Amino acid sequence: MKIRNFRGGVHPEYNKHFTSDKPIKVLPAPKQVVIPLTQHTGAAAEPTVAKGDAVLLGQEIGKASHAVSASVHSSVSGTVVAVEPRPAINGRSVLSVVIDNDGRDAAESMSGHHDPIQLSAEEIKSRVEAAGIVGLGGAAFPTSVKLNPPEDYKIEYLLLNGSECEPYLTADQRIMEEHTEDVILGAKLLAKAVGADKIVIAVEANKPEAIKKLQALAGSHQIEVVALAIKYPAGGEKQLIKAVLGREVPSHGLPSQIGVLVQNVQTAWATAVACRTGKPLIERVLTVSGDGIKEPSNFLVRVGTPFKDVIEAAGGFVGEPGKVIAGGPMMGLAQFDLDVPVVKGVSGILVLSNKMVKQYEPLPCIKCARCVDVCPVYLMPVRIELYAMNGMWDHAEDYGAMDCIECGCCTYICPSKRELLDWIRVAKTEIVEAQRRQTS
Amino acid sequence: MEGTRLVLSPSPHVRDEDTTQKIMLTVAAALVPVWAAATYFFGFDSIRLVVASALAAMGSEALFLALRRKPITISDGSALVTGMLLGLSLPPSLPTWMAVFGAFVAIVVGKQVFGGLGYNPFNPALVGRAVLVASFATQMTTWTAPFTDAVTQATPLVSGTAGYSELFFGTVPGSLGETSALAILLGGIILFYRGVLDYRIPVGFIGTVVVFSLLFGQDVVYQLLGGSLLFGAVFMATDMVTSPITPVGRWVFGIGCGLILVVIRFWGSLPEGLTYSILLMNALTPLINRWTRPRIYGRGVKDA
Repeated sequence: MKIRNFRGGVHPEYNKHFTSDKPIKVLPAPKQVVIPLTQHTGAAAEPTVAKGDAVLLGQEIGKASHAVSASVHSSVSGTVVAVEPRPAINGRSVLSVVIDNDGRDAAESMSGHHDPIQLSAEEIKSRVEAAGIVGLGGAAFPTSVKLNPPEDYKIEYLLLNGSECEPYLTADQRIMEEHTEDVILGAKLLAKAVGADKIVIAVEANKPEAIKKLQALAGSHQIEVVALAIKYPAGGEKQLIKAVLGREVPSHGLPSQIGVLVQNVQTAWATAVACRTGKPLIERVLTVSGDGIKEPSNFLVRVGTPFKDVIEAAGGFVGEPGKVIAGGPMMGLAQFDLDVPVVKGVSGILVLSNKMVKQYEPLPCIKCARCVDVCPVYLMPVRIELYAMNGMWDHAEDYGAMDCIECGCCTYICPSKRELLDWIRVAKTEIVEAQRRQTS
Repeated sequence: MEGTRLVLSPSPHVRDEDTTQKIMLTVAAALVPVWAAATYFFGFDSIRLVVASALAAMGSEALFLALRRKPITISDGSALVTGMLLGLSLPPSLPTWMAVFGAFVAIVVGKQVFGGLGYNPFNPALVGRAVLVASFATQMTTWTAPFTDAVTQATPLVSGTAGYSELFFGTVPGSLGETSALAILLGGIILFYRGVLDYRIPVGFIGTVVVFSLLFGQDVVYQLLGGSLLFGAVFMATDMVTSPITPVGRWVFGIGCGLILVVIRFWGSLPEGLTYSILLMNALTPLINRWTRPRIYGRGVKDA
């Protein structure tokens, strides 16, 4: 099988062995869920329930409020005890609906379709929108928005992203292996929704079992399964498109401009489930792993479950934890409050022991250019860092700061342990701020 | 879980194991075969000059960091590398105090006055060497034959009296580290294998010299192995701090070094031009970086 590669990228310790052979276990719903109304890229959903209301499982509790937004549903049945700001994984307080679980899982009537592939493109899109589906790879971009690209662009390819290049994470792998049929069905539904003729499922070559299972089912459906180089960030949207199709997304543009729609495999699975059963997105599969966790696992978790419940279900900590991360070690968010809830975009909870959490003093840059060599969008991170440190925002922009995908390869590889990505983030913030000032 | 203290920091949360110190010590380790060969051919002089130069380099670095009220960072290995490189680029009969002087100049004038590690525009070892050549022209061009301390001879590049296999193994007069192509290749392989050496610079450098030697009817093997080209192309031109950071820039840099070397060797009044070829290209490095910026992903592509 030909391995699809891309330029740049790094080889961190993948550490997938902790959980790659752990079947998905259903985590019981907690006594109380905290469901943020912003779990996605875009505007917050507007609450449709108030304190004291009784809610059913799957009932809409937040309505998409804007062109780029997604609706939010209750993951349990019970009583709303508060609609108030609560800490979220991004470190801020986010308006959330707090629901006491009555334990009955009384569900709202859901209307599925016994053979969803018969659904029209419009029906698929409206079901995806109603189910509040967002990209489950991590960025949580509302899927319904992606399914409605600007009309001038014809979508040729649906590219299903099963690379899961973040170290430790195995949730997508397990989905591909345990729910192969739904992944394929979801791919077909998403392709139909945008009128794409061709479906390519791309999986990092370190998941041979998933590739084999997908291929076995794909053969009859004109779906191609391809193997990706085992390298981070193979699953970055731009890197994936370049590796598989040889095309480049225009700078500051969208994949739809080059005829491509990229969706994560778990998003495809959620789409299939929503179309077949009518069940909205109220749970997801995530990996709990790291050397600081007793029993690394893959769990199916209700949205709104506190991190600490998930950690306890995985046997709790081994010794003192150093860092708890929402997501993977390359792009995940470090947490300080373990009451924060699991949201749609949380692909994993990673616990690193104190031993693994190293803090470094940055040393002078020796111009080794490793950051230049590994940058998968071909930037010169060391230059942008230098300009950012000196407040030269226009130079930072000229060197492509806004093209940075924040994959972290530069900081990862730097032998002088410099905070390259941090400084690029500073530059991006300043550049956006300057543009805002100019237009207002 | 109460009372747990968690570390907060932005992503990425894992780092590569490699450090500046490991890179520098790798270069030092790659110089060991070269030094061993030099010691085999030239005896105690090799130990005397390399040790003196390395100690003087580290001492000067510590002294000037103290004067600048900076942390003493000689454990990063960069001064050790500079000292070893300078020592190995000296003729075997050079007095010890000249080596010490050269190392002092390399570290102080070549590096510390610009702000220390990472900020120097020129390869410090070559700055030291250039000052020694200018100050002690006779001593710096007086060579001894291997296995003897017998009299002065020109390097094979000038004399043209050595067999090809002698050139390859290094049993010819020359500076300590430059005579043995075999040892230098071994060091180069260590550097390349450890990801410390970018192949573009040595390939561009040596390739250019080969092409022009053929064009102008010179003996290619002599041009390659008779002087300090190999040592310089593998160990000096590839100095990270003073060479370009872009992939294309490294080609330009290597080819530029080759062109200048050829001009000096074929038409200049000096027998060898390695030091100046690299120093001149060091000066151009910031411009090369500016002119060879990589094309950013998604720039210059059309919509479907």
